[in-house]
Amino acid sequence: MKQVIMGNHALSYGAMLSRVQVIAAYPITPQTQVVELLSEMCADKTLDAEFIKVESEHSAMAACIGASAVGARTFTATSAQGLALMHEMIHWAVGARLPVVLGNINRAMGPPWTIWTDQNDSLSQRDTGCLQFYARSNQEVLDSVIQMFKVCEQILLPGMIILDAFALSHTSEVVDVPDQKLVDKYLPPFHPRYILDPKEPHTFGGLTGPDGYYELRYKIEEAIQRAKSLINETGKEFGELFGRAYGMVEKYKLDDAETVLIASSTIASTARIAIDELQNEGKSVGLLRVRVFRPFPAEEIRELLQSRKKVAVIDRNISFGHEGIFAQEIRSSLYNCKNKPPIWGYITGIGGRDVTVENIKDIVNDTIKSDKPSGDIIWKGVRL
Amino acid sequence: MERGKTMKLSIPEEELVGSGHLACQGCGATLCMRYALKALGQNTILDIPACCWSVIDGPFPHTSVKVPLFHTAFETAACVASGIRAGLDVLGRGETNVVAWAGDGGTFDIGIQALSGATERNDNIIYICYDNEAYMNTGIQRSSATPYGAWTTTTPVKHFKKMPKKDLVRIMAAHRIPYTATASVGYPEDFIAKVKKAKEIQGTTFLHIFSPCPPGWKSQPEKSIQLARLAVSTCYFPVYEIENGEKYTVNKVIKKPRPVKEFLEQQGRFRHLTEEQVNGIQKNVIVSYNELLKKAGLDLEVHVEIKK
Repeated sequence: MKQVIMGNHALSYGAMLSRVQVIAAYPITPQTQVVELLSEMCADKTLDAEFIKVESEHSAMAACIGASAVGARTFTATSAQGLALMHEMIHWAVGARLPVVLGNINRAMGPPWTIWTDQNDSLSQRDTGCLQFYARSNQEVLDSVIQMFKVCEQILLPGMIILDAFALSHTSEVVDVPDQKLVDKYLPPFHPRYILDPKEPHTFGGLTGPDGYYELRYKIEEAIQRAKSLINETGKEFGELFGRAYGMVEKYKLDDAETVLIASSTIASTARIAIDELQNEGKSVGLLRVRVFRPFPAEEIRELLQSRKKVAVIDRNISFGHEGIFAQEIRSSLYNCKNKPPIWGYITGIGGRDVTVENIKDIVNDTIKSDKPSGDIIWKGVRL
Repeated sequence: MERGKTMKLSIPEEELVGSGHLACQGCGATLCMRYALKALGQNTILDIPACCWSVIDGPFPHTSVKVPLFHTAFETAACVASGIRAGLDVLGRGETNVVAWAGDGGTFDIGIQALSGATERNDNIIYICYDNEAYMNTGIQRSSATPYGAWTTTTPVKHFKKMPKKDLVRIMAAHRIPYTATASVGYPEDFIAKVKKAKEIQGTTFLHIFSPCPPGWKSQPEKSIQLARLAVSTCYFPVYEIENGEKYTVNKVIKKPRPVKEFLEQQGRFRHLTEEQVNGIQKNVIVSYNELLKKAGLDLEVHVEIKK
């Protein structure tokens, strides 16, 4: 059924349709509507779940971990400082191999206090082993929650669905809220093999020395690598059932474009208009959206970017002391390729600064005009 | 040997802690677990944050408890228990006991926020804190449960701890927690009765167990039980319970307290204290105990003569 809903509620509906069993959350702007709607759903029994109103995000993730360890499907949502506070427990969920799913509304980190979007909060979780999907529409937010459970419960790792503050979280869009029966057909109930059960007692997470720890980490990497094909397969299956397919990346008018623009989240939505206009102007450009950041779509990047003339990457984030994080990852994916194109790494939109069609066209035109990048980072729109 | 046939046991016979654990000799924390599990029974899930028990249980793939155990991060004993409880309830496994099991550091310091949160929500969990009065697992650093006067590796003799121990039970009572109690491993019958009582109560229950630590207290391993009992008979660690944050009951009323010196002098951690400092501790112990007796509605005031 089509409804007009904001991105935050798309997360709530995604969790509801996934039949989550335990929710633990703590309020933070701009995440609040996610949990407000879920509270209502639990109160009126639209959703048969336990909602623990914890006293911090750290406890939210910890409570999800406890619930997941007994075999319940669990969900939480947060932003910025909240996600940073969860950090230790995201590592814990990964190490304990618990498929907790969370929504993160991308919000810039303080200080100064800010509530607007950028990606530094979620990208700071890069090395935890938690999956990261960046959505570009409210429809994709809802669909990604369902898909994330399906992927995470097979590989036993947590996953994060990421959406831009305000640009999605508080923006109403038409969303096709799928039929519960169809979702049930797609997403089976969660029945993990090993749970906390007095009838079959096991100890989880006991002290492990160098003889065992190394292999446990190897297995996490093996699992997250397996997620790559699973994401493409389950995304295709999603398309067959619901008419909307998803993969690791999304191509937009990419074909044999000489210059490829790479973006993520809502900037990638705006970029579609920029690409349309640039193509109308006769320019050979196309768009590649990185939807999944962890695991990183290195194979797709190599396949789609080799032999291109130029690549422009837009980062709404900055790894201080180095460069934009998507640019970094794309550069490293291509490093061993023979025909690697030069990469222009642009930083823009930090702290929720608007990124318009004109800004994106300017970035692409800048790339087309220049022979080589002026540096590892090209800042756009800094007013000093 | 067929135990229990010739002698009536005062505590349950079932053993849910196996031998081969990694505790130090004379460890109170290990007895704590043994007694608690006797009261709780097999249908129990434990979650344990960083503490001595993270090690005592044994390294992977070994374990020394016969119930499921989830190791978790330092500050998360209570909230992981809340999650386990919610998960069990939603899955229709509500009859299983959920026990958060933490040391004093994980309870009084880093875990107090999550404990307060779970207690305010009145989540149906049992929280058991075994208190050995310092961060013993990391090498005897002071916690807010370390008493006045104690040496630790972060409160060296020249700068021993000047602040009193945090009164956590009163903090729990201020939450109007349905049931909170103190117990000592020196009195297993009383301890087990309290765990059984906690088990029957819907809502949060908090048990604070006094648990001697020979390496941390610089005491003799064979003296652990004696110390655990002396702590009670000197009124240094009274055993009592509070229902709904209001109704105080002193479970072992000490009419004639033994001098606290008898408890302190067996522990190297107090060896540096002057007579005056010991007398100061003695005075505070009696003042606190008389306050407790008053709260419990007992018409009794105790004294210990301080020899000059």
